[in-house]
This record gives sequence, structure tokens and C-alpha cells, in this order.
Amino acid sequence: MEELSLHILDVCQNSIKANASLIQILIDENPKKNTLILEISDDGHGMNKETLTQVSDPFFTTRTTRKVGLGISLFKMAAEATNGELKIESRENYGTRIIATFELDHIDRAPVGDIEDTLIILALNEENIDIYYRHIYNEKEFEFDTRQIREILEETPFTAKGVTQWMKEYIKEGLDNIHKEETK
Amino acid sequence: MKSLDDLKKIRDNAQKKVTMRGKNDGIRVLVGMATCGISAGARPVMNRFVEQVDKKNLENVTITPVGCIGECAIEPIVEVLINENRTTYCKVDVDGVDRIIKEHIIGGKVVDDYVIGKYRI
Repeated sequence: MEELSLHILDVCQNSIKANASLIQILIDENPKKNTLILEISDDGHGMNKETLTQVSDPFFTTRTTRKVGLGISLFKMAAEATNGELKIESRENYGTRIIATFELDHIDRAPVGDIEDTLIILALNEENIDIYYRHIYNEKEFEFDTRQIREILEETPFTAKGVTQWMKEYIKEGLDNIHKEETK
Repeated sequence: MKSLDDLKKIRDNAQKKVTMRGKNDGIRVLVGMATCGISAGARPVMNRFVEQVDKKNLENVTITPVGCIGECAIEPIVEVLINENRTTYCKVDVDGVDRIIKEHIIGGKVVDDYVIGKYRI
């Protein structure tokens, strides 16, 4: 996968399948430490110890339509290619947390990519699972929270005219803002 | 700059025209969004559907990301459900999305160039 945002989209499908009600995504880019931390956590049904030891094995999958499961393996590979690592913590009935670390300026680090496109698809999930996204760059922060958006929209669904377009621009502008160089 | 106040305006506009509609009425578009689909380009395909359906005011169309049906080699796979009819499209790209919307969803005619029968029988 060419972008970290595609890995996020992929990994979050696991949280949706695990009946999460909230998925939290954090990206912390720290140029001083030269790190990028990407953390995804959910409150889904979690995994037992046995499953947890098998998830990064490409020949392990819970699905029945095919015999391979590459989602976590590819994500892990993307992190390890930059001298980073991928850690998974999970507790049955409590949820799962994935923490991937990357070397920020490593030549093999995939770009974050079009986060807004990923977040819109995640927000349109059928189970109305909420998404909380937080992006930190050099101590500047941007947040996108579907709980807040749901509250403003009242009964109006995310599919109503103009809502997804608003989300796209809101996220894009918010991320551009935190990445802007300060003019002195 | 887009603000939360803009979102309130969008809400007020939407609330003016209340359309009563059940979850399964109308046309459903399912986009395969598992690892295989995503690597093959399912995200721009879904985003194009969302964008065009919004732009063209196709209010009876809902777009949903779904899992993998096991035909990973011919992703991105898109299924269009109209009443009892299910059409499975494969190797869909952004141009394919525009054709499916124009010719199938609006025009009512299946887009033969993308149907799965071309690859699997």
C-alpha cells in the first residue's frame, strides 16, 4: 500500500468487524525526534492470546472467503522498513490497540496520504461506529470527531447533501493548517 | 475555511426537505473494502461514488464499504443492488464509476464492459 492512510482504512475494518463503538486514530509527527507514531485503538471484542500471536502471520485470517490475511502483515512491513515497529495489545471484551512507529524522514516511509478520503469512508460505516481522529505535528493539533459532528447534525445523516463534501474540506484544511510553516 | 457553523447550515438545508426513507429502499452500492480491494484502488472508487452521488443529488442511492468476497484478483469489486437485482462489477476504476452512475444507476442499463461475467463465469 502506497499511503499510511490506506493502512488505516484497512486496519479499521478489523475494528468494525470487532463490533467497536468508537475507533480512535492518532498520528503524531515529531520532526525533532524524527518519529511518526500511528496509533489505532478500538473498544471492540478484542482478541485472545492465541489469536494475538497469529495476527501478523500472513497465512492467518479469520475469514472464510480466502486463505490469507495480509492486512496486519503489510502494515508491520511498512513500519519495519523504516526501522520502526508494530505492536499490538489486545484484551478480550475490552478492545485492541495497534501502535506503529516510523522514522519520519526515512526514505521508505510511506506518505500519510489522503486522510480525508479514509475518514469519510470510515464515517460512512453502516453500524454508526464513531471515529475520533487526532493529528499532531510539531505540537500543533487537529481533531476530527464524528461524535461532535453527529451532535451538530442532530437527525440529519452523514449521507445528506453536502455533508461528506464539508468533511473532506474541513479535514484537508485542518491538516494543511497544522503543517504550515510559521512565518516569522 | 470550513467551520462547524458551515455544517449547521448544511444541516438546516437538509432538514428543510424531509424525505422519509427506510434503510433498504432505493439503490445500494457496495464497494469491497478489504485489504485486496484497498490495494487495488477501492478507496478512490468509493470516494468517487460518494462525491458524484452527492453532486448529482441521487438521494435514493446509498454507498457502503463491505468486506471481501474472495475474488481478490479482480478487485476493486462493486455491487449494485436495485430491488432484487444484483449486478457485480469488477476491476472498477474512476471512469467505471462515472459510467456505472450514468448508464446503470441513472440510465437503467448494465455496463457490460465491467461486469464480472467478462472475467468469471
